[in-house]
Amino acid sequence: MDLTCLTIEQVHKGLVEKNFSAVEICSAFLKKIDSLDKNIKAFLTITPHLALSQAKKVDEKISRKQEISLLAGVPCSVKDNILVKDVKCTAGSKILENYIAPYDATIIKWLKKQDIVILGKTNLDEFAMGASTENSAFFPTHNPNDLERVPGGSSGGSAAAVVANMCVYAFGSDTFGSIRQPASFCGIVGLKPSYGAVSRYGLIAMASSLDQIGPLTKNVRDAEIVFDAIRRKDPKDSTNAILCKNVAEKAPEINNLKIGVPKEYFIKGIDKDVEKIVRNAINKFEKAGAKIVEISLPHTKYAVASYYIATPCEVSANLARYDGIKYGLSKLEANSLEKLYFETRGQGFGDEVRRRIMIGSYALSAGYYDAYYLKAQKIKTLVRNDFDHAFEKVDVILVPVAPTPAFKIGEKTDDPLSMYLCDVFTGPANLAGICAISVPAGKIGNLPVGLQIIGKSFKEKVILEVGKMFESL
Amino acid sequence: MNFNMISKEKIKHIAQLAKLYLTSEEEEKLQKEISSILDYIEQLSQVDTTNVEPASQFLSEIFDSQESVLTREDKIKRQDTDVVDNLFKMAPETKGKSFKVKPIFGENRGKE
Repeated sequence: MDLTCLTIEQVHKGLVEKNFSAVEICSAFLKKIDSLDKNIKAFLTITPHLALSQAKKVDEKISRKQEISLLAGVPCSVKDNILVKDVKCTAGSKILENYIAPYDATIIKWLKKQDIVILGKTNLDEFAMGASTENSAFFPTHNPNDLERVPGGSSGGSAAAVVANMCVYAFGSDTFGSIRQPASFCGIVGLKPSYGAVSRYGLIAMASSLDQIGPLTKNVRDAEIVFDAIRRKDPKDSTNAILCKNVAEKAPEINNLKIGVPKEYFIKGIDKDVEKIVRNAINKFEKAGAKIVEISLPHTKYAVASYYIATPCEVSANLARYDGIKYGLSKLEANSLEKLYFETRGQGFGDEVRRRIMIGSYALSAGYYDAYYLKAQKIKTLVRNDFDHAFEKVDVILVPVAPTPAFKIGEKTDDPLSMYLCDVFTGPANLAGICAISVPAGKIGNLPVGLQIIGKSFKEKVILEVGKMFESL
Repeated sequence: MNFNMISKEKIKHIAQLAKLYLTSEEEEKLQKEISSILDYIEQLSQVDTTNVEPASQFLSEIFDSQESVLTREDKIKRQDTDVVDNLFKMAPETKGKSFKVKPIFGENRGKE
């Protein structure tokens, strides 16, 4: 039996029934990484020592007949912008090339208590800025479905690792589509929780008003298991305070389910085959008894422009901390403090990061605040209002994840704007602070295409239920 | 030609504010890229936002006022000593329990 293609529930069952040990399955994954990752390049750091010591602990518990959690002994990987104590955490940047995490991110701390097994840290666009993982300062990751194509981004390493069976599930972060788009490009499930649902303490900040951590998994049930394990209130994250009573709400039966389909998501520029696959998915729901309602989200087309002015502002502030003094790259040979700042930051940051720092510094400089940041924040309100109105009439919204399937490596690297437009269908959910999940819906040749299910704030259970319905249709 | 063509001087000035060392080729490349991104962003001016509140407002709506952790007591919490040690281990230069920085005043001060 190939242990590397199992889901979380299957691994748990296998461990409890002693079909295999935690060390056995952990070793199987380490071997798989060893043989596949030289071509896929999903991992920045592999942590065999940590993984095997965590696995041994699980085996000891099983041999003492102690109960183990659903995630205990299930090998996972972690995007390299989430801190795992004593393991390198680069955020895909030269400026953090030798940075060793001094503490665990809150979710990692919690999950270590549940005996999770961490195989390694996965590649990403530098500081999670990008949609292809080509902006990693180290190397691009290849899509396991077609090695000449990107896995999507910025959580491209996590998505590639899951689909290539180099881990059972992975953690990613989603600021404007960075979990859902790579999930769609690779053919797996990716959940972006509502803003505020999951602690971000120990996630290297990009745009704090939008960043969320979430799981990338092989099916919707696995995404639910991981989400249930990480959605808890953390006093260390002041934006993480959830209305627990809403989270448990269930989706209606499929006969009573009202699905919104916004016309603004089926526009010129969307790949014909992507549109066909998503329309097919919607038809399946209709045939099964769901009611399809045409809705309008009129401010959709402004989401990308609003994001690419507001986010650089937050980036320029969040990345001011990389100054070569307290940690990270430091050009100590510089002969003054100011020179040290200039040279450290000039050499440590890659092109996209510099672009965003520059745009942000410009937009926040005297005289421009109202025209740019404030305007973008007002448009964010309008995007949120669009969704609020739509959700008066429907339970969930079904849309494509991205306008195209995975593109070729190098195809968009010379044109930042064309890369930004990859986010046109994923970004609005981030601006509105609501939850969304990408579920595999079909393939064009060997290239997967995802269906996006969008739900209200803190109604993760609803979109997870609808995702499971779709898997069974 | 970009509608929002940003001048080379402006690029130099922003890089100065952002403390980024740029070569003159990099300045030229960024001048073009930022100008075309600002052109793209220009479309936001078509949207009427009169009487629209900026979005930072809706945080309070989604958080339960009873359970909110947005405020806390103003009390120092001790970190684990190994975390503090680890933090210092990551610093390029330290002196005792302090980070060491280059001189800010004096003849060594670099001219930018």
